Amino acid sequence: MGETLVITSGKGGVGKTTATANIGAALANLGYRVALVDADIGLRNLDVVLGLENRIVYDLVDVVDGFCRLKQALIKDKRYERLYLLPAAQTKDKSAVSPEQMRNICDQLKEVNLSTEAGGAEYLDYIIVDSPAGIEQGFKNAVSGADRAFIITTPEVSAVRDADRIIGLLEAESLARPQLLINRLRPNMVRTGDMMDIEDTIDILAVSLLAVIPEDDRIVVSTNRGEPVVNNSSSLAGQAFMNAARRITGEEVPFLEMDGDRSFIRRLGQFFGLRGR
Amino acid sequence: MGFLDALFGRRKSSKQVAKERLQLVLSHDRMRIPPGILEPLKDDLIDVISNYIEIEESGITVEFDDSDGDTRSLVASIPVIGMRRDRR
Repeated sequence: MGETLVITSGKGGVGKTTATANIGAALANLGYRVALVDADIGLRNLDVVLGLENRIVYDLVDVVDGFCRLKQALIKDKRYERLYLLPAAQTKDKSAVSPEQMRNICDQLKEVNLSTEAGGAEYLDYIIVDSPAGIEQGFKNAVSGADRAFIITTPEVSAVRDADRIIGLLEAESLARPQLLINRLRPNMVRTGDMMDIEDTIDILAVSLLAVIPEDDRIVVSTNRGEPVVNNSSSLAGQAFMNAARRITGEEVPFLEMDGDRSFIRRLGQFFGLRGR
Repeated sequence: MGFLDALFGRRKSSKQVAKERLQLVLSHDRMRIPPGILEPLKDDLIDVISNYIEIEESGITVEFDDSDGDTRSLVASIPVIGMRRDRR
């Protein structure tokens, strides 16, 4: 039975869509069948980050409105054969879908038989919902069908504050124990004391850590091209996303040694599983 | 030169400032109490306490403390000069 994950943040521009695309591609690379759901209705972007924008015929709202079957709206990725995208509608807004309808979509996705062979049976292992920014209906839609939640933040005051608010709202949606992705960490600024480090951020938010993604110019390049960065072995961010995917599957993966934050990584063990707001 | 300043104790590093500001703003966010009430609360406290005790007004701090996790306290630190002789 597939599992539905949601990636959310509160604040915009911290990397939800990039993380969704890359973790999805990484899971597909590991052999899992994955559908990515763009819940940002009216402002869809997961399609362009994946380079699938020209393949969209139907979208999530078409499925909800009964214009097509769910399987018809699923776009198969070009490079990752086990990766699928359910795009958001671009011409509607958040109110086009209700939380109940979103939950239905997530439940139905778990039932879709992807096999193209007669008598074949292939089902999704993971459904990852890319949440819109904000705390309004779009956010509520995105989290409504989720079994597990992941919060992404950058080590900045504004993003961490919004992440804290989201953690509170997730608890209200019975999605306790979300895990944290710290994105765009700049080890050289951590070293000079000009950026909050992993320990500071975890200390403040009191959640467990899924992954730390270093700032990486290659993310810009890969987004320009519409290709996930996880297959680029020279990209530190790509490796970090791959490690995040492995941890999601339950594998224990040591954290990347990031220059400037070494002392933390040794002490990481004691923070794991920490929770207590 | 944030690093050198921090090294010689001249200024807090900007990350330390960020962390402290965040902890303060989050303690208010989590309690849903706007930080702006603390000043008038402090003024009222001074008025009431001054009826009984002579206090050092410039040394007063009033803040919320949620470092305990579950319980949140209003912590006031009020330096005392002495008993008021002319108690109203």
